[in-house]
Amino acid sequence: MDSYLVLRVVAKLLMPFILLYALYVQFHGDFGPGGGFQAGVIFAAGFILYALIFGLKNAASVLPVGILRFGIALGVLLYAGVGVFNLLIGGKYLDYSGMAHDPVHGQHLGIFLVELGVGITVTSVMVMVFFTFAGHRKAEGDD
Amino acid sequence: MAVTAFAILRLRNLYAVVMLSSIYSLMAAAIFVILDAVDVAFTEAAVGAGISTVLALGTIALTTDREKKPSHTKILPLLVVCLTGAALVYGTLDLAHYGDLNAPAHQHVGPDYLKDAPVKTGIPNVVTSILASYRGYDTLGEVTVIFTAGVGVILLLGNWRLMGRRREEDDG
Repeated sequence: MDSYLVLRVVAKLLMPFILLYALYVQFHGDFGPGGGFQAGVIFAAGFILYALIFGLKNAASVLPVGILRFGIALGVLLYAGVGVFNLLIGGKYLDYSGMAHDPVHGQHLGIFLVELGVGITVTSVMVMVFFTFAGHRKAEGDD
Repeated sequence: MAVTAFAILRLRNLYAVVMLSSIYSLMAAAIFVILDAVDVAFTEAAVGAGISTVLALGTIALTTDREKKPSHTKILPLLVVCLTGAALVYGTLDLAHYGDLNAPAHQHVGPDYLKDAPVKTGIPNVVTSILASYRGYDTLGEVTVIFTAGVGVILLLGNWRLMGRRREEDDG
């Protein structure tokens, strides 16, 4: 892919904006459209674009597969962990009201953490699925 | 959208089919925006038009880009599709009209959610508060589904298999 200069430059220019937009969608989902799921997909799309242009090896060095495997589980655990935390502090499962002194703040915090968990899992799964698909072909070619 | 759908049906070149389904997804997203379902439109545009296109292209790169000629007759599938379509159209006859305030969806818990959700959760976007708080169990289930899908893909296509195959070759 060394010859596609325009693609490389445009991708490099776009990357920070895609990632920034994903973060905006993630953390501004309370106020505008969006949330963990959409943000995760946009974040993953950014990395997939990077992998398409700069190759799988470079993308995997930016976002190692080990971290992705970790992230897939981490997101679900964060989500379920928020629920268990609520049980431990005497509330109901996934009822965030007790997480802060003010029920409204508790809800806010709970939703924020839960959405973060969704985002982490979705990003990791999407990028991982793409890596697996793309890496499969490469591994087959090596044989 | 209908034109795109027919083109997808007729084409045998899978690259063109993938591109057309991406366009189809984008148009569906536009319709969701017109219906004021911005969150759904967001997801449709990102997943349907973006990620699944890339994944479909990846699959084509792994397999082939030509669709095989079907070996069976087309009558039975056509019949099934027509019957299902007719049943769906019959189902829409009972649906409430678009924007009808007396529709059951606007009578049951909807008004309570719209009234209480911003106050109780302090979050202006009702969709987010319902997804993450009122329907927290459902969303947890969805995340688990995505988790399972990711684990499944890794197990099926991941490097495990290649590693295992290499080991078998070494043994043999």
